[in-house]
This record gives sequence, structure tokens and C-alpha cells, in this order.
Amino acid sequence: MDNLDKIKHSLTKRNRAEKRFRWYGRLAIAIGLAAVIVLFTDIIGKGHGAFRITYIELDVHYDQDLIGVSNLTDPSQLADGNWDAVPKSALREKFSDVSSRRDKRRLYGLLSNGAGFDLKDRLLANPLLLGETETIWILADDDIDTYYKSWLDGEPYAARLSDKQVAWIDQLHQEGKIRLQFNSNLFTRGDSREPEQAGIRGAIMGSLLTLILTMLLSFPIGVSAAIYLEEFAPKNRWTDFIEVNINNLAAVPSIIFGLLGLAIFINFFHVPRSVPIVGGLVLTLMTLPTIIITSRAAIKSVPPSIREAALGMGASKYQMVMHHVLPLGLPGMLTGAIIGMAQALGETAPLLMIGMVAFIVDIPAGFSDPATVLPVQIFLWADSPERAFIEKTSAAIMVLLSFLIVMNTTAVWLRKRLERRW
Amino acid sequence: MTKAATVAKKAKKPTKAKIAAAVAPDLDLVEGHVTVGQAFTKKPKMTMRNIDVFYADKQAIHDVSLDIAQNEVIAMIGPSGCGKSTFLRTLNRMNDTVEGCSVKGEICMDGENLYSPNLDVVELRARVGMVFQKPNPFPKSIYDNVAYGPKIHGLADTRVDLDEIVENSLKKASLWEEVKERLHQPGTGLSGGQQQRLCIARAIAVSPEVILMDEPCSALDPIATAKIEELIEELSQNFTIAIVTHSMQQAARVSHRTAYFHLGKLIEVNPTEQVFTMPEHKLTEAYITGRFG
Repeated sequence: MDNLDKIKHSLTKRNRAEKRFRWYGRLAIAIGLAAVIVLFTDIIGKGHGAFRITYIELDVHYDQDLIGVSNLTDPSQLADGNWDAVPKSALREKFSDVSSRRDKRRLYGLLSNGAGFDLKDRLLANPLLLGETETIWILADDDIDTYYKSWLDGEPYAARLSDKQVAWIDQLHQEGKIRLQFNSNLFTRGDSREPEQAGIRGAIMGSLLTLILTMLLSFPIGVSAAIYLEEFAPKNRWTDFIEVNINNLAAVPSIIFGLLGLAIFINFFHVPRSVPIVGGLVLTLMTLPTIIITSRAAIKSVPPSIREAALGMGASKYQMVMHHVLPLGLPGMLTGAIIGMAQALGETAPLLMIGMVAFIVDIPAGFSDPATVLPVQIFLWADSPERAFIEKTSAAIMVLLSFLIVMNTTAVWLRKRLERRW
Repeated sequence: MTKAATVAKKAKKPTKAKIAAAVAPDLDLVEGHVTVGQAFTKKPKMTMRNIDVFYADKQAIHDVSLDIAQNEVIAMIGPSGCGKSTFLRTLNRMNDTVEGCSVKGEICMDGENLYSPNLDVVELRARVGMVFQKPNPFPKSIYDNVAYGPKIHGLADTRVDLDEIVENSLKKASLWEEVKERLHQPGTGLSGGQQQRLCIARAIAVSPEVILMDEPCSALDPIATAKIEELIEELSQNFTIAIVTHSMQQAARVSHRTAYFHLGKLIEVNPTEQVFTMPEHKLTEAYITGRFG
């Protein structure tokens, strides 16, 4: 057999190997895509319901005697007012045949137990309503909400309702006095034990404050460290040691950083727990290795000819770095920083260690207010027994995912935008 | 044993033997060699005495002494790896940036030692400009490329001064006519030859006394090369130029004196005409007649 035959013979084998490899690749991509599709359909399927919530229409009478308030500017009167009585009396009026105590309690259970306070806020915003009657939509209880949504979907879930409540809802539905509305509470309120009142505003604000701090600390520190190590530091055993350790730190489980933060920032420096300051500090520790490594890669990718040109012109090393290396490496550094931030946004474990897992109702307004963050909120809700929290959890995941998608898109866009060719 | 391999081996053998035969006797000449020709001049701009350059333990330059005269164009030629670029880079201390590189001996410009601890390397590089092998304009506008040196050294007090420096430098680099309409477009958008002339304009914008050129035409086509060579001749009226080149024709065309390097040693320095017509040393002769390279 001469050479040509041998080559031809091996050719079929080589071609077959290539073809096989292509199919492996396609298969891998198909599996990946399928996993993503399953994940998204599951989350969206479960979570889309949370963006709408059940309201019941009632005639509300703001009775001065019933509430016990005559002057809306008197804080002590407002605090002592019997606000719950307003929605209750509205319910009694609507279903006037309910008499026994047990039935009454079930009747009151139709509405959210925060309904009284919602009406109080409404009255304070429109003081002229005092003593008047109006027809408004009031937030329903989460059990009612769950039942009503499942009933609309054709698979009623009535395990937590009595027959009478089901009948009342039926009646309300026939009168058109119960309906789903956009759930603005989800975006305007903090956490709550009551699913219908719980929102992610507090968690979003907490995440935002924590991330701002993380960004402000980790980007300058990380970039400075990268520039020093790459451009100025002598190459010796010490810098090798530091480099190895930075790479190791990037692989350390994040909960370790939480323990470190707990030991150093809270126990030693006595920073208050559960606040964005300490969260930001811990996430800074966690993101620094990522930012340093990506920044060093970005600096390394600046062609040596540019450095030589600058040095040859008589630029000092500092000028070379500031005028040429930094601007050229910046897109890569920013991309690294955004990816690091996205990682920090999705981080839960270290924050559990420093008390950001607390149940916090108030929306944090500053870096020293107790706060929680989105992924921790998801964790907390996923852990709650109420059925209505299932869809809320998925909705919060959708919000978190959309933040991550926006951040990663920004990273890609920035890279495209700032990248210069030479 | 396949046919093709046998053929390749047959073809290779005589070539190898030929090279060995040509180089082996010459290698003896390199040992303990003393530079022949006219390495020293009367009024030198730069003087180098007994230069040794080491990369870690490896010695790249052995005991080289040479003068460069004022307004002279000196060409450095020699086979690949002979140390001519390394030697050139000692003249503005670009070797400082190479890890583990050390220089021994004395290099003076106007009697001032370049390696003295009092001398700031930034000042030196403003006085000794450099043009590199591959055109390397900054990824900025043409204007900013030329204005960079004057800006960092604070040479221009006003915007008008700076504009003037940029215009003059581009004119001296015979690039002005081609780019005056698009000064604010990126320098990287120019052709290779134009980029190299832009780099020359950038180097002369700080009015250096000496310009080092490290194979400035090796990445260019013949027409662009001809333009650069013409330019070198014009520049020699105002600047002292040291050029490293791979092309013997180029050395013959542009330089006044030619230095031939071999394996880290300076073999011969003589007026260019003499080097290419009557080389004093056997190795020089062997190189210029193309026996190795």
C-alpha cells in the first residue's frame, strides 16, 4: 500500500472523529439549553401569579365612633384607634346573615389582617373621608388569594378554607366583587409574615446598598492591587506567594468569608450586625480575588509594544500605566468587576453568617439600617410554610435573575463599546 | 521509510555541511577578537567602552567599544541573534525593562555617563528617542500621538505651541501632507508605512539629540521602506541616528558608517562604502557576500 492509500485510509477515520465530536458538542449545547428552558419555565410558571393578587370590593364606612378618632392630627388618637373595626364592619354589612362568633371570625378571615392599617393610611391621605362611605377594593387574605387563583385555574385548593368561606367567595365572584389586580405591594413593601403583605422592596434596597458599598471598595482596591502586582512589584518569592494565595482565595467557599467577616468586622471592630456596611465589607473580601485576577488578565493583554512606545518616549512607569495601560485595560477590568458584582448580588451564604438573614420589615434607607438582600429573602420565603410564599419565592427569583441578566448584558455591552483595536 | 522523508534528508545533509564548513573556521576568529576598523571618531556624540550585556547568566554582548559621531547615521548589521538590537537598547536604557538584564562598561553621551545613578532615565529617553521594529502608534488620534511626548515633558506652554510642534514634527517626518486633514482620526487607521512615519514624528516631537531605530522597515513594503530611508537621510541633518537593520542594502543606502556584529562581538566598524566593497575582516566579508545570515 503506498502513501496515498494510507492517507486516504486515515482520512475517513479522521473525518469520522471530527463528525462525532461535532455531535458531542451539539448534544452538550442541547442539554444546556434544555436545562435553562426547564428552569425558566418552572420559575416563570410558578412565579407569574405573584404579580397579581386578589382584592375584594366592599362599601367602607369611616365611622368616627367606631374607630374612636375625631381629630386626625392627634397622634395618640391615631395610635389608639380601632382601625380593624372598619373592614370588619364593612364585611358584616355585606354578609348581614352571619351571626355566630365562629362564622364571624371566618368572615373576617376573608381580608388581609393589614386591611385596617391600609384604610388608616388611605384616610390620612384623604382626611375628608372621615365619616363618609366609599366603595373600594381591599386586599384579601393570602389563603383566599391562593384559593381564588387556583379556582380560576380550574384546580381549586380549599384545604385551608371552610365551606362557608368558599360559598362567600363564590357569591362575591358572581357579584363581580372579587378580582385579581396588579400586586404593587410586591415592589413597594418590605418583608412580612403575611404573604399578601410581603414585598421585596426591602431586599432590593438592601442588595442595592450592599452592592454600592462592595463596588466602591472592591473596584479601586482590586484594580490598584492588580496594577501594582502586574507593573510595579518585583518578581520574587514573595510576589509569587501572594499570587498563589490570591488564586486560592478565589476558590475559597464563600461561607468562609462570612465567618471571617463575623470574626473581624462584628466581633473585633463591633460593626453592627445585619447592616449593609458589614455585608458590603464581607462581599468585598469575596469579590476582591475575582477583580484582581480579571484586572491582571486585562493588564497583561495590553500589548507590550504600547508599553515600549510609551517608555521610549520618556514616559515614567506611572505615566505609562495611567496614560496607556489603564485606559486600554479598562474594558476588561470593568467586565471583571461587573461579573464580580453579579456574583456578589447572588451570594447568600456569607451574609447568613453576619446576620443579614434576620426578618426585617422596614425598608433600609442607609448603610447602617438593618437589611436583608434578595437571595437571602428568597431563602427566607422558600423556608416559609404558607402556600402563597411559593409563588412569591419564584417571583423574587425572577426579579433577581433579571437584575443578573441586566448586569451581564451591561458587561458585554461595555466590553463591545470600550474595546479598542490596534 | 517513506519516499518524501528520504528526499528531505538527502537535501538537508549537504546544506548543513556547507554551513558548518563556512562557519567553523570563522568561529575561531570570534574568540578573543579585537574590533577592526574605525570604531572611534574625533568628536563623538556617544561613546561606549567595554560594554558587556548579560541576560541573567547568558552574556549577549562581549566587550564592545564604539563611538557615534554627531549627525552621523551608523548602521548595525549582523546575523539574527548577534546582539545588535540588545546593543542598541543599551543606548537609551530600554534594557532596564527586561527582567534580569544587566549592563557593564561605560556609555556616555556628551561626556555624561548614562548609567550613573544621578541620571534620570526619563530625561535620557527624552534626549535619545526610539523607533521600534513594528509600528506602534498609541491607539489615539494622530495629533495625540505626536503631542504625547511634548505633553508629558511639558514642552509646550500653550495650545498654539503644541499645534506648531505637532505640525513641524509631522512635516519633518514627511507625513504632514497625507494627514493634515485628519489629525483627529486614530493613528492606528493609517497604513503600515504611515504608522512608522507617525512613530518617527512622535519621536522627533520632543527634539531628541539621538534617534535609535530598531529595524524600522522590517514590517514594511518596499515603497514604504524607500520613503523611510529617504526620511532618514533628511533627518541626519538634525539628528544623530543609530539604525539596526537586517537588510544590507538598506545599511548601504542610508548609513555613513557600518558596524558588523557577530555572536555578541563587534567585529568590524568602517565607513559604509568600505564595509561593502573591501571588508577588512573575513567574517564581515562572509556575511555581506551571503555565506550565512
